[in-house]
Amino acid sequence: MTDTAAAGTILRLEKIVKTFPGVRALDGVDFELRRGEVHALMGENGAGKSTLMKVLAGMYQPDGGRIHIDGLRCVLPTPIAAKEQGVILVHQELSLAEEMTVAENIFLGELPRSRFGFVDWKVLNRRVGDILETLNVDFGPRTKVNRLSIAKKQMVEIARALTHDAKVVVFDEPTASLTDAEKTVLFDIIGDLQERGVGIVYISHRMEEIFRISDRISILRDGSYRGTLVTAETDEDEVTRAMIGRSLDLSRTSDARVAPGEVRLAVRDLSCGKLFRDVSFELRAGEVLGFYGLIGAGRTEIAETLFGLRRPSAGTVHLDGEAVRIGSPAEAIARGLSLVPESRKEQGLVLGMNCRDNITLPQIDRMTSGPFISGAREVEIYDKYQARLEIKAPSWRTMVKNLSGGNQQKIVIGKWLSMAPRVLIVDEPTRGIDVGSKSEIHNLIRELAASGLAVIVISSEMPEVLRVSDRIAAMHEGRLVTVFERDVVTEDDLIQAISGIGEHAA
Amino acid sequence: MTKSGPLGWLIRNPIWVFVAIIFVFFSLSTDRFFDIANFRNILVQTSTIGLIALGMTLVMINGNIDLSVGATLALAASVTVDAMGWAVFADWGNWQILPAVLLRLLTGVAIGALNGFIVWKTGVDAFIVTLGAMLGIRGLVFVYTQEQSFFATNFTYSDFDYSSVLGVPTLAIVFLVFTVATHILLSRTVHGSNTYAVGDNREAAVNAGIRVGPHMVVNFVIVGFFAALAGITLSTQMGAATPNLGREFELWVITAVVLGGTKLTGGAGSIIGTFGGVLAIGMLRNGMNLIGVPAFYVLLVLGTILIFVLFLDKQLNRQGDEEIRL
Amino acid sequence: MSRVETETAASGKPKEADESAPGPDTNRTLVQILSSQGILIAFGLFMLGFGLFSERFLSLENMESVLRSSAIIGVMALGVTVVVISGNLDLSVGSMLSFGTVMVVDLHDKIGAAPGIAVMMAAVLALGCVNGFLVGILRLNSLIVTLGMLSAIQGLTLIYSGGKNVDIDPSSQDTTWFKVFGRGDIAGLDMPIILFGLLAVILHCIVAYTAFGRRVYAVGGNPTAAVFSGIRRGRVVFSTYVISSFCVGVAAIILGSRVMGSQNNVGQGYELLVLAGVILGGTSLLGGSGSIFETVIGVLILGFIQNGLLLLSYPYYTQWIVTWFVIILAVWLDIAGKRGRLFSPIA
Repeated sequence: MTDTAAAGTILRLEKIVKTFPGVRALDGVDFELRRGEVHALMGENGAGKSTLMKVLAGMYQPDGGRIHIDGLRCVLPTPIAAKEQGVILVHQELSLAEEMTVAENIFLGELPRSRFGFVDWKVLNRRVGDILETLNVDFGPRTKVNRLSIAKKQMVEIARALTHDAKVVVFDEPTASLTDAEKTVLFDIIGDLQERGVGIVYISHRMEEIFRISDRISILRDGSYRGTLVTAETDEDEVTRAMIGRSLDLSRTSDARVAPGEVRLAVRDLSCGKLFRDVSFELRAGEVLGFYGLIGAGRTEIAETLFGLRRPSAGTVHLDGEAVRIGSPAEAIARGLSLVPESRKEQGLVLGMNCRDNITLPQIDRMTSGPFISGAREVEIYDKYQARLEIKAPSWRTMVKNLSGGNQQKIVIGKWLSMAPRVLIVDEPTRGIDVGSKSEIHNLIRELAASGLAVIVISSEMPEVLRVSDRIAAMHEGRLVTVFERDVVTEDDLIQAISGIGEHAA
Repeated sequence: MTKSGPLGWLIRNPIWVFVAIIFVFFSLSTDRFFDIANFRNILVQTSTIGLIALGMTLVMINGNIDLSVGATLALAASVTVDAMGWAVFADWGNWQILPAVLLRLLTGVAIGALNGFIVWKTGVDAFIVTLGAMLGIRGLVFVYTQEQSFFATNFTYSDFDYSSVLGVPTLAIVFLVFTVATHILLSRTVHGSNTYAVGDNREAAVNAGIRVGPHMVVNFVIVGFFAALAGITLSTQMGAATPNLGREFELWVITAVVLGGTKLTGGAGSIIGTFGGVLAIGMLRNGMNLIGVPAFYVLLVLGTILIFVLFLDKQLNRQGDEEIRL
Repeated sequence: MSRVETETAASGKPKEADESAPGPDTNRTLVQILSSQGILIAFGLFMLGFGLFSERFLSLENMESVLRSSAIIGVMALGVTVVVISGNLDLSVGSMLSFGTVMVVDLHDKIGAAPGIAVMMAAVLALGCVNGFLVGILRLNSLIVTLGMLSAIQGLTLIYSGGKNVDIDPSSQDTTWFKVFGRGDIAGLDMPIILFGLLAVILHCIVAYTAFGRRVYAVGGNPTAAVFSGIRRGRVVFSTYVISSFCVGVAAIILGSRVMGSQNNVGQGYELLVLAGVILGGTSLLGGSGSIFETVIGVLILGFIQNGLLLLSYPYYTQWIVTWFVIILAVWLDIAGKRGRLFSPIA
């Protein structure tokens, strides 16, 4: 390393080690950040990106290694200590106190004080007002956070980065819920920070963003450092290979496509308040219909309405030609509907229960002999789906909370397949699981369709919808914009449809 | 659903609608209710529960709860009345009240600190920690007093509740002053803001660098202080400390705080609401007594109102028909 | 026993270190409870300790006396355990006990023992339905609802009795068959103990081996996931409160029959002792874990603490002070084991 490069270095992490009980989350990770640089940090879920950043932000104490900021060795025992050193972490949403105002949230933990511990509201509101102005947002310092949309909450989170004379700002998946306009503002802000000589660490899964704004890319895999690439000299394939150790095959060579059968599910003008309006589509046996759109576009809400969790304000649903009104999940299940929900930990699983009990939960009434549950019949079902889905669990007695994300997701899928549904709805089937399990689940969805099941897949990942769907319904702000045929649609078509561009142009 | 203006304020603080209804109802039902002397009475009668409710509001906004306040009150009261009889202070005359009262407040503070420290360090839920303390401290009181009542021999102390400043009873003044002070603490200071933040999203508070543990201890200390202070009202009124003093006060206090709109899950609530809750309970007891309803109907009415307010709050905060039905 | 659990099963590789995950587990054998639960070991040491100091302590006679005095709290704790497993609280059981006891004693002389029991059970079950409706169907917070019910039922009891204590006519106290519940015995074993044991076995079977029991655990473990799995959460919660009130009714019969009279506030504070027993057994207030068996242990620990301290001639209320330490210690060690460190990581 030359002297000039060293002078430009604002942050250097050396051989950082962090272990949790049973896991070595970080195994001697190096990382170097220069002034005015956007340095992307990439890796699969569980590769250790978030852990590394939490060490940097003083939230975790490393078990080994050194942190140098501005050439000085630092110990960061608390988040406040990190902030004082000029390290700011912008969390992925949800690190806000909902009942409090925007201003209080932005200065949480370090509200300006006047005498006797009183909050200096004047200073607070003025400073926040200034920050919000640079962010070009339409809410004020005194707005309560719980009245903001997810995207605006994200902007509040970003505003926190601007309160300090930051040396290093870490953005952890900042664009997950932002619209394009908001993204543009964010990238402008990042540009400003860069000009001021701030070092930016940018964590994202979205390649196009990484290649648009970053200068260098560092890669983590399984808790260890896998090298740094200069963005201008690399391509997506090289980055992917570094991340997962092989190239990703996005083609659909193995798919056996069957001719779609009769219409299983017909939805006409379905609406639910302000969540979604006038949604109509048909789903045939043996086909996969993908639902693509931004978070908040109403896709999950449609699934929940079909499943009896929300009451539609208008519209009809026909199952196998018969008009149905589904008032509860129990009724939906009785009619042959299955829903693999969006959040497996919150909606899909009872984490403190074992694998078998989770799989048989929806049909536990059928598992009885006499007044009592027949454990043997339950185990039979578990064994069947454990084998079919290749669930890696030591035994059915294992608590699902002890399984990896991919195996947890397979438990949820197994639970719903064991109900022998006629229509299967899968919401974000691969969120937060590793690449290997991901492609297994994709193949499974194709197989299920080939066996005659009617499947709806809701996803925010374009490669995923393109990979598994026969047709793709694009949604924008509660409306179904268009249903595309998989074979003719382009990525541009989809992006335009979900950002509402197509609508205005038409 | 959130509206601004007076209507929105009332939707967010439905307790004051109740206060108004109760007020009008009793004013029309009996001549003796709408009377300055009676209002003074209500303030004095509610000052005990009211003072504890102030501290409880902070603890509950924090997302914790303190079930041990009644027992704390009793222990502090026993210590005071006992201490006034100690030979060391025998020659102090009326000054013996001073160390006794200080000792009392110290007892409350110590118990609050102990509860808070256990909650902080062990990570055991405050409900369980203070449930244990409620039993244990009450046990201490019984063992300490040998199940006897202590009588104060100093009449300046026992006559305190009849004293007044400019015609306002001293106890009412104490209550009102602390109400204003706590309101300022909660709504204007950094500690107050942090109280909301910790209860609203503890993880965010930790991430933002708020020292959540010590912060919670402070609020437990405050409620312990208020519980001890509130004992003054009671034991001066009775001139004695019985080991059963303050029993079930935790229920009355929590009722008042919840009536006042503080969320059990933490993060929301206000002293103004709690004050309304305390007044509602006070007026209800007083008014029903005045119109000759047997005291035990108050329990029935109070329980019903508590549940109804909860129901109302739920209905007002619904997101309409499109809400997911879990 | 078909529900077995190997807790130590090292599984997959947990990719995210989930430090805050609550660890309720529903399936354990006796051996695992022994190995995983310090409380039982503590219980054993405690018994041994007292046994050394007082030879009467471990006598059969004394055991029976402990069981007898624990029966009422025990019966109530069984029902509350079901409520707590489903993730709710029932603080109204104490005043419900006062209500039931006053009613069954009062009605004994007025309409006879059997009709009296029937009417009282109906009334108590109706109160359980009110709890169940408010918490299960209307989804109101159970702590506050049952706190309100505590107060309201206390009021009802006082209104019913006019504020007076009730007694069964002294002349019929020795002749009425009603005395069997509190004072009778079968083959030398006291009736309250038999009722407690019988109810414990029945509820254990319901909770551990039926589909209903499974749903109770699911609703307590993750109410959202339970609903997404087609479980009608409201009905489950409703039923748990009905079960709880049924247990209170049985406790009221035992108490009324033993005392042959009742004060208006006889159950005051019982809700907390009952809850103490449930918590001591290891049932988490977060819901989704615990068992009837554990609660029986918890209640017995409470009973033995009381008995042992009395035998060593400590003042009666010393047991409350000891219970304070024991409850906190038990829960603390339980969560310390789950998070893998003694002290909370919160700064």
